[in-house]
Amino acid sequence: MNGTLGRHLPWVLVGLVGAGALAMIAAGRGEPVGAVWILCVAVAVYLIAYRYYARFIARRVMQLDLARPTPAVRHNDGLDYVPTDRTVLFGHHFAAIAGAGPLVGPVLAAQMGYLPGMLWILAGVVLAGAVQDAMVLFVSMRRDGRSLGELVRAEMGPVPGVIALFGTFMIMVIILAVLALIVVKALAESPWGSFTVAATIPIALLMGVYLRFIRPGAIGEVSVIGFVLLMLAILGGQWVAEDPGWAAAFTFTGTQLCWLLIGYGFVAAILPVWLLLAPRDYLSTFLKVGTILGLALGIVFVLPELRMPAVTRFVDGSGPVWSGSLFPFLFITIACGAVSGFHALIASGTTPKLIDNERNVPLIGYGGMLMESFVAIMALIAASVIEPGIYFTMNSPGAVIGATPESAAAAVTAMGFPVTASEIAQAASDVGETSIISRAGGAPTLAVGMAHIFHQVIGGKAMMAFWYHFAILFEALFILTAVDAGTRAGRFMLQDLLGLFVPAMKDTSNWVAGVLATGLCVAAWGFFLYQGVTDPLGGVNTLWPLFGVANQMLAAVALTLCTVVIFRMKRQRHAWVTILPTLWLVACTLTAGLQKILSADPRIGFLEHAARFQAALDQGQVLAPAKTPEQMAQIVFNDRVDAALAALFVGVVVAILAFGVKTCIEAWRADRWTAREVGGPAGRVAAE
Amino acid sequence: MRAWLRCLCDTARLMVGQPSYEAYVAHVARTHPGTEPMTPAAFFRNREAARYGGGGGGFRCC
Repeated sequence: MNGTLGRHLPWVLVGLVGAGALAMIAAGRGEPVGAVWILCVAVAVYLIAYRYYARFIARRVMQLDLARPTPAVRHNDGLDYVPTDRTVLFGHHFAAIAGAGPLVGPVLAAQMGYLPGMLWILAGVVLAGAVQDAMVLFVSMRRDGRSLGELVRAEMGPVPGVIALFGTFMIMVIILAVLALIVVKALAESPWGSFTVAATIPIALLMGVYLRFIRPGAIGEVSVIGFVLLMLAILGGQWVAEDPGWAAAFTFTGTQLCWLLIGYGFVAAILPVWLLLAPRDYLSTFLKVGTILGLALGIVFVLPELRMPAVTRFVDGSGPVWSGSLFPFLFITIACGAVSGFHALIASGTTPKLIDNERNVPLIGYGGMLMESFVAIMALIAASVIEPGIYFTMNSPGAVIGATPESAAAAVTAMGFPVTASEIAQAASDVGETSIISRAGGAPTLAVGMAHIFHQVIGGKAMMAFWYHFAILFEALFILTAVDAGTRAGRFMLQDLLGLFVPAMKDTSNWVAGVLATGLCVAAWGFFLYQGVTDPLGGVNTLWPLFGVANQMLAAVALTLCTVVIFRMKRQRHAWVTILPTLWLVACTLTAGLQKILSADPRIGFLEHAARFQAALDQGQVLAPAKTPEQMAQIVFNDRVDAALAALFVGVVVAILAFGVKTCIEAWRADRWTAREVGGPAGRVAAE
Repeated sequence: MRAWLRCLCDTARLMVGQPSYEAYVAHVARTHPGTEPMTPAAFFRNREAARYGGGGGGFRCC
């Protein structure tokens, strides 16, 4: 009895600290709340969830077998399958799952105040996101590290397998478009930012040649060289921005950047990987992990106060950043950080082939996702330390607040967030930009928040512009890496899919097939990117919900697979662990998807928006931002494509759910274990 | 301290898809005695090609 008490007492204390911190947040009505309380709540929740819930899942649902050899042990080849130290593997897994998502979603969600976002990030990660990552890792590890598509095919059948593969390709397209849009929004009309990001291309080429011919494998030293050059590029960017001639050469409109990115994506995806993609990847991975650690230290060191109210009036769905009410759209806007279906691809990718013992599944799968959730909490803090007036100036579309500091100040003050024109101009000059108005997309806002935190640690006010462009570079760099790598991955997926109909397309060494598939892939995300860049409501308003729906759809698919596996293992007593988050995600994706298609509010519903423009077109009118009837027709067409895409996502969710329920019932009726594991106790190896 | 640095270095390399070369050489020596393992440069290029080739290695998260 004493032993039990002693074991649980520290965790009770952790719980009390968390509850106390939450009480501090709740009590701080109207007063700015310190970030320290949010950190306390988050860390307490993570610790308790890891100690109790992850352990419960490992013992009861997975029933991990510490004596059972993992794929890394059975297939050890020193290359793809290598038993890896769990700390090393944790770093690998975290670097693979952490991206722009957990940084951008919470920033956009801050328009409703920090509290809704914080609660969803914490509840979502504990009950859905981390459960998904750990369960998919477990399922894949028990099946030789096979991929999500293969797992769905093996456990649920060939038709759901193809549906999952197709869904995965569509989510890739939307992710690439929305990521590229974030870069466009951050670099448009910013010569400093554009120069710095453009400089990463020659830097990467130099690193690539160095690694290929001069010092093969010397990643450490080449990364140091690259990092120094990057810092010089940031300083050079300031010089470029201050020189009128050079500034003009590096000032691009959104549309110009859009075409540059499309061209870049195509070229980068067909160049040899060692030349551009790999060295850029090294640089962006280390910069990403380093900056995330730096941000954590910065927040702990500075302990800033949150200026954003806990809850704003925009919970009613009238917010300027994105439209739609708290349910379901908050849960779509914050995908990564709470639950991200994309992680299912990572957890069924390289990680299960490297895990050395089953006992490390909770640490890598569940713990890795908790870490990503912490990144999302930091992004939320960074967005909330900015004055709300500045936040809404940066994130509201031009159609709402105009393009001058005066019009923006008037419009944002009217929203209830007082700000003056001179404060807006000052905020822009602080970070070395000509304007910060309508820079939706998350990255610039996060960069302002990070500059706000970092300049208090290093450099003071004079360094604020440097830190802002450092943050922009950090995001743009790993987003562009994702665009390169994603286009390549998308190209191979497309060649696989098209190979079903035209066998010649499957040949990855065929140059024509490769260029064709790459071109199709770039055209697919380029279409959505162009549409987003030219969207009067800022693009994010259109693309981010589509991305969120797609990502949560994939999570619902992955969790359905896990539920099926639990049933097939005859452990349905514990199936609620995956059923609850599945139902929640299905509710969110279906509601959001259907609202995006059918809502009578043209700011939410694609079809209603199309109908308004079509009606105006029929009467010979031209509605802003279109300037010609052709542009009007283009907007109508785009809206209908978006509606079709949302309908497609809804269809994928419904179909997979139906197959999942059917398979679960079959497994439940069976009198024995029907899951298809490999490498277990003799009786189960060949279980059909 | 030395072991800690080793671990940090391995972590950083695996983050970009480069597993331990020493572990690979030890593995070849143990399981395929007499076979010549790849040189460090060849090993590096092999892993680089595997990371960005087909088969899902190129996924980056959102």
